[in-house]
Amino acid sequence: MKNDICYSDMPVKLVAISSGVSYGALGSTHHSLHDVAALRAINNIDIVVPADNFEAQQAITLAAEHKRPIYLRFGKAAMYSLPSPATQGDRAGESAFAIGKARVLRDGHDLCFIANGETVIHALLAAEHLKQRSISARVISMHTIKPLDTAAILTAANDCRAIITVEEHMIHGGLGEACASLLLQAGLSPKFAIVGFPDEYTVTGAQADIFRHYGISMEGLGAVAAELLAR
Amino acid sequence: MSLTDHQLRQKSLQYRKQVLEIIYHAGAGHTGGSLSCIDILNVLYNRVLRVSPENFGSPDRDRYIQSKGHSVEALFVVLADKGFFAFDELKSLCRYGSHFVGHPTRKVPGVEFNTGALGHGLSIGVGSAIAAKKDGRDCRTFVLLGDGELAEGSNWEAAMCAAHYQLDNLTAIIDHNTLQITGRTRDVCANAPLDEKFAAFGWEVMTVDGHSIEQLTSAFQPASPSRQTVRPRVVIANTIKGRGVSFMEDVGKWHHGVPSKEEYVKAMAEIDVTMKAER
Repeated sequence: MKNDICYSDMPVKLVAISSGVSYGALGSTHHSLHDVAALRAINNIDIVVPADNFEAQQAITLAAEHKRPIYLRFGKAAMYSLPSPATQGDRAGESAFAIGKARVLRDGHDLCFIANGETVIHALLAAEHLKQRSISARVISMHTIKPLDTAAILTAANDCRAIITVEEHMIHGGLGEACASLLLQAGLSPKFAIVGFPDEYTVTGAQADIFRHYGISMEGLGAVAAELLAR
Repeated sequence: MSLTDHQLRQKSLQYRKQVLEIIYHAGAGHTGGSLSCIDILNVLYNRVLRVSPENFGSPDRDRYIQSKGHSVEALFVVLADKGFFAFDELKSLCRYGSHFVGHPTRKVPGVEFNTGALGHGLSIGVGSAIAAKKDGRDCRTFVLLGDGELAEGSNWEAAMCAAHYQLDNLTAIIDHNTLQITGRTRDVCANAPLDEKFAAFGWEVMTVDGHSIEQLTSAFQPASPSRQTVRPRVVIANTIKGRGVSFMEDVGKWHHGVPSKEEYVKAMAEIDVTMKAER
């Protein structure tokens, strides 16, 4: 990938399927939790992790015409159609989908979930759950990890007291560390937590079981949010 | 105490039932391939391999690497029978937190190597065989490959290497059932003639009925000390995917098909009939 696609600037479209722990019960040989980290270290490739049917359709359409190497990462299960300002009737509240442009699926000002792929729905559920506890949570679908939408992250850091990133990937080298690096270099230090897969042998089981195990769930993210805001 | 051919045939039928049982209860598994390679594992573990729970820590043990890792249910059933763990533990197959996952992992006692990413096992076997030679040990290494798996180019690098290093302590076994997940191997990436290919790579080639206890036993015997050339050996085991259950035999969907309750009952009854007929 480095030599023949990225270095050679071939506009190849790489489409990863059954990523993350889609094949949870088949064991670690069949988990893909390191791809984003490896690709982030290679220049000249865009990395897109769609969260739902809308993003998938848009990303595929744009990738077909993309002039640079691009990596699209999908899971295995049927995708959701997530609510967003546009699907809620507020077309003006949502800009057109573009690679490198994050989508704010829900606004909030206490904390911000920055998630991607199949974890986004859990961030949305957690935000709704936290609303009942009078915590206002923004949810951003950071579908593109490279190039990163730095403006969306910096705005969130200025608007909210805490940021929680969520990804179906190792905590090393993925979305969370990309956000942390940006924030620190910009001189911002909001309360910050990375939710993902820790540096250990991953448990196995169904994808939903593994998500719950590592706190990628409404309850898990709610708990991280409460703990972070109380710090 | 060594088992007779007849006893091993009965054991194969018992293994087949156990494979179906654990896959049915897990609701997941690779039925077809496990049934096609079970006779091979039976002969290896009950007649050939010097591997047991007692000697598994010994560097002198023989090595079995199941490169076609997806047929893990066959391996788990045989390892349970050999006493590496209790068969009942397999009730947790593919469950949350269980170490009995859908591919071989060294977290399970008796498993030599983590496999499941296809095309890795033969290279590992080459390394194992070279190490044995360098250490002056007489242990042998066996690697089970799928025929579909041979489309992975790494196999042919390993094949070239094995001949170069004259690894007569290495035996590759091809579970030649001619089916893979997406169809007939000849339609996905034709690999015939396998015998001529391996011969051209410098291997001793044996082609056997992969369900014949007698033929497998014969093919797994060590090379004669009076041999003229020192070569690695490949045993092309002609098998039938889903072997032993009429409606699963040679049907691609059973690659990772899981029987319904009705199919499970029917399959178990069929094997029972075969067991009685052969008794």
